[in-house]
Amino acid sequence: MMRVLTNLFLFFKEGFSNMKVGKTLWLIVFIKLFIMFAVLKVFFFPNYLKTNFKDEASRSNHVRQELIHRMK
Amino acid sequence: MKLLDLSLLDWSRAQFAMTAMYHWLFVPLTLGLGVIMAIMETLYVRTGNEEWKKIAKFWMTLFGVNFAIGVATGIILEFEFGTNWSNYSWFVGDIFGAPLAIEGIVAFFMEATFISIMFFGWDKVSKNFHLASTWLTIAGATLSALWILVANAWMQHPVGMEFNPLTVRNEMVDFWAVISTFAINKFFHTVFSGWIMGSLFVVGVSAWYLLKKREVSFAMKSIVVGSLFGLVSSLLVAFTGDSSAYDVAQAQPMKLAAMEGLYEGKSEAGLIAIGVLNPAKKEYNDSINPYLFKIEIPKMLSILGYRDQQAFVPGIINVIDGGYETQSGVALSFAEKHERGKAAIESLKAFQQAVNKHDDATAMIERTKLKKNFSEFGYGYLEHPSELIPNVPIVFYSFRFMVLLGLFFIALFGTVFYMSSKNKMEDAKWLQWVCLWSIPLGYVAGQLGWTVAEMGRQPWAIQDVLPLKAAVSGISSSSVQITFFLFLALFTVLLLAEVRIMLQQIKKGPEID
Repeated sequence: MMRVLTNLFLFFKEGFSNMKVGKTLWLIVFIKLFIMFAVLKVFFFPNYLKTNFKDEASRSNHVRQELIHRMK
Repeated sequence: MKLLDLSLLDWSRAQFAMTAMYHWLFVPLTLGLGVIMAIMETLYVRTGNEEWKKIAKFWMTLFGVNFAIGVATGIILEFEFGTNWSNYSWFVGDIFGAPLAIEGIVAFFMEATFISIMFFGWDKVSKNFHLASTWLTIAGATLSALWILVANAWMQHPVGMEFNPLTVRNEMVDFWAVISTFAINKFFHTVFSGWIMGSLFVVGVSAWYLLKKREVSFAMKSIVVGSLFGLVSSLLVAFTGDSSAYDVAQAQPMKLAAMEGLYEGKSEAGLIAIGVLNPAKKEYNDSINPYLFKIEIPKMLSILGYRDQQAFVPGIINVIDGGYETQSGVALSFAEKHERGKAAIESLKAFQQAVNKHDDATAMIERTKLKKNFSEFGYGYLEHPSELIPNVPIVFYSFRFMVLLGLFFIALFGTVFYMSSKNKMEDAKWLQWVCLWSIPLGYVAGQLGWTVAEMGRQPWAIQDVLPLKAAVSGISSSSVQITFFLFLALFTVLLLAEVRIMLQQIKKGPEID
């Protein structure tokens, strides 16, 4: 088991250390994911129903009222 | 009646469209280039020719650039569902929660596992194991497109669900109905269009090498594979496009009418091959001729839409007025559907009041009435029949240019493959330039396809059941405007980074690591 894990570790270690363009790409991926999940999701995209209503019943009740009152 | 901020709806739509369109710049190249690099590696494994290995590794590097920059851009759409489209998200939650979770687990981990073997495993695992990893990587990427396309198809043709007025959610009652022919055709049409994008990219970049008189053997081999794969893909796209249009004729007659600029329906309807719409036509029921100019293929619309040259194809006026025969009976008018929609919404209200009073008998009656009228639920939110009509010029021209580009791709790949097989490609400078400048056309065709699909189904978030005006959250439009520009900046930076890194790698050529 330890041998498998060691080989796996070495596989990824060598793979990452031999990367050229890949290092730039990983950097872009991490920056992008940070902006998306740590900034945009947290500060700009709260889940509207989860943020404003505490349980499933109040969320379904809110959507029901929205659907009823938006009728023309 | 609660007044809705109309700018909120417009900004929410614009933001979703912008995010989806940017996302769709990355996805098709991943789908197409992935299969082509796997084919090239297969040729290496089958022949033992090291040049194929070099070719496969080069395209794999470009695949990696596109994959890395594009990965997770679709997640932003899910953010928007939760914030901007919370009524919609709640309304459909139970239909797609489980399948999308399965997709997330299976496809994402499949991709994540095998992509590392694909990039790091050269000379470390056996040839066959590496090849299997490459194929499984692209299989995972393709699979990750499956459920979101099934979800989109369901929004265009909602089936296999039952609305639960207690939870105010649709619940899946027939899984196999959700995997409708509508969904299957959409999936394959979309994936094959990605294959075309990959082929255009490979052929175009290889043509650039020929123009520069660099890497000639590499470029010629890539062109042969890319053009043959592109030709097959283009024909498959045409085939699935025909099936998709047939589905649209059955489930979304208004979209088909908008695609054709057809206001008054007719039997033995012709397909507009070339046409110019009359900008003076402002109302659906005015007497102004909708076309300034048109060339029709006789009876073709009836054949393509209904597989019958005599078939009646309803126009925009017919869809609004009803009264024509459909597979499920006589079509209802807008006024009738509007009444049924209002009755369904009233039943939802009365049902809840009865539940609150513990009046089970009334609740049961209202639930039954709601179920009976639910297929027209969304019409209760529309005031005027003109709200049913999508933007006809955008849909009409987008459809025509998409089809025109599809035919161009068949001709291009056929010509390139023929010239390559006759060893004439290397000297055909004009064709090399055409190939190079055709790369952006693949992106244009994909965007036009989505424009037809999404603009054509307006005003619906879910066809006939939920219009966008009922689906949008009651939030401030200014917050949507801010995030619109944030996304615009983020995606533009990502796109510029992709183009820059891609160009660097292409200039380095296939010797790169």
